[in-house]
Amino acid sequence: MSSMTRTRSEETYAVSGLSHRYPAGDVLALQGIDMVLPKGSVTALIGPSGCGKSTLLNILSGLLRPTDGGVTLFGSPLTGPPDEVAHMFQKATLLPWRTTLENVVLPIEIRDGKKAAKAAYGKARDLLRMVGIGDFEAAYPQALSGGMAQRAAICRMLITEPEVFLLDEPFGALDELTRERMDIELLRIAKDSEATVVLVTHSIPESVFLSDRVYAMSARPGRIEEVIDIDLPAPRTLDTFSDPHFVDRVGQVRRALNRGHGYDGQ
Amino acid sequence: MTVSEVRQRDTQEERMGRRRGVAAVRGAGKMLNRLPTWAAVLLIIVVVLALWQLVVSLGTISELVLPSPLSVGGQLVIVTQQLIGGEYLLGQLWITIQEVLLGFGLAVTVGITVGLIVGQTEFGRKGVMPIFVLLDATPKIAFAPVFIAWFGFGIASKFLMAAFMSIFPIIVGTAAGLAATSEEEIKLFRSMKASGWDIFWKLKVHRALPFVFTGLKIAVVAAVTGAVAAEFIGGGIGFGEQVRVAAARIALDRVFALILYLSVLGLLLYLAVAWLQKKLTFWDQPGRDR
Repeated sequence: MSSMTRTRSEETYAVSGLSHRYPAGDVLALQGIDMVLPKGSVTALIGPSGCGKSTLLNILSGLLRPTDGGVTLFGSPLTGPPDEVAHMFQKATLLPWRTTLENVVLPIEIRDGKKAAKAAYGKARDLLRMVGIGDFEAAYPQALSGGMAQRAAICRMLITEPEVFLLDEPFGALDELTRERMDIELLRIAKDSEATVVLVTHSIPESVFLSDRVYAMSARPGRIEEVIDIDLPAPRTLDTFSDPHFVDRVGQVRRALNRGHGYDGQ
Repeated sequence: MTVSEVRQRDTQEERMGRRRGVAAVRGAGKMLNRLPTWAAVLLIIVVVLALWQLVVSLGTISELVLPSPLSVGGQLVIVTQQLIGGEYLLGQLWITIQEVLLGFGLAVTVGITVGLIVGQTEFGRKGVMPIFVLLDATPKIAFAPVFIAWFGFGIASKFLMAAFMSIFPIIVGTAAGLAATSEEEIKLFRSMKASGWDIFWKLKVHRALPFVFTGLKIAVVAAVTGAVAAEFIGGGIGFGEQVRVAAARIALDRVFALILYLSVLGLLLYLAVAWLQKKLTFWDQPGRDR
């Protein structure tokens, strides 16, 4: 019997009829959002400022409660920040009084205490080596470049073995070349760990490159303008960026965003 | 050679000479800039002392009004001998040290506690902080007679005055420091389901430390001032009283020697706080932040 063996839903997230209104200024940030995020999928949320994509991410992370509608994670309603979810933000936000290694184990320390954090050092070292900054475990964040700091932030996200990555413009502060390399690396890590990824980005190429599905959003009120499936083959590499199919999809996302912005295409 | 030619040649030579002079001054300036800090400080002290000695030796200013560095030096030797001999003076210095340490200790304990309470809430920062800033701006030293009236001629009025002088920068620094945590860091901690306690201990306290130390460095110097000021007002004890008595005898060379010892006391305490700051907030470098 499948209902006995299957304790969790196949979908990671299911969002239905979700709206959110900020009481300050009575702003309708999100209206009528419906989305299903299958396990292991990568979903990009893209749109102009004020389209509510960050609000949506905060709701998915359990940091914010929607005023209307429901969100389920693995079939159960979301009531607060869940254990299975880890975050990455635009800034690495490493604590400057902790070494890289101590920064990576911070989530463990907060969840299970100092002893558990020490026990996780070995795992943290493996992660640092995996993203190529193994030699910097004892360095303080001040000594790291922007790209290295974001790599450390990736390790901090991975240390709890989350099933869901919520990425809020993760590489927005990096230069484009570093960003492309980090995108590829992140995609590989996500596939390896079979995690479900939700990504908020401003970059149309990045949204297409990383995801299986792009939600193009429009503002005032924040809503989904178009859902674009990205059927590019894996693995995606630097060559993907010049694939004609990739360019097609980028154009499709751009048209959707322009439409949402009130332009009529041409 | 005509007169004008000669004049021209002269001015030319003058100009070159001046240029050489300018170059020499520039060269000296460069040399000064290259001096290490200790040498630069030493140089200035030596020059000032030499000028001071010169002014007094030439009789421009009377020794009664301004004792020469040499006579101050002589007094310094006498005071040092008296201190080493473990005489009466050493006891008086010990009294002042106790007052300063007790007062500063009290100010640190109460100041950080109050600062934490005030800084934790929006209401505290908005409503209570300005009152402390206002109190800090009053000429606190004017309260010294009040402290004598309240707490008597003994050590209590002195160390309480020292605490009163030094507590406000600590409160203000601590409270301001608690607000120094960035939104991103709070969001990071909340996303990791950190408790309020964790956010406080693992984040806010660290972010507050540089501000606390700024307050402590101001406070430790103020504590010495407070103790000595209270000694001036009344009680007949402590190093401040020794200064007052020497000044009343117009033994200004001794006054200067005693003040030098008080300065060393203040400086040592300041250096101790600065050392602790460097240990605890080694990460606090301006510039890079990620």
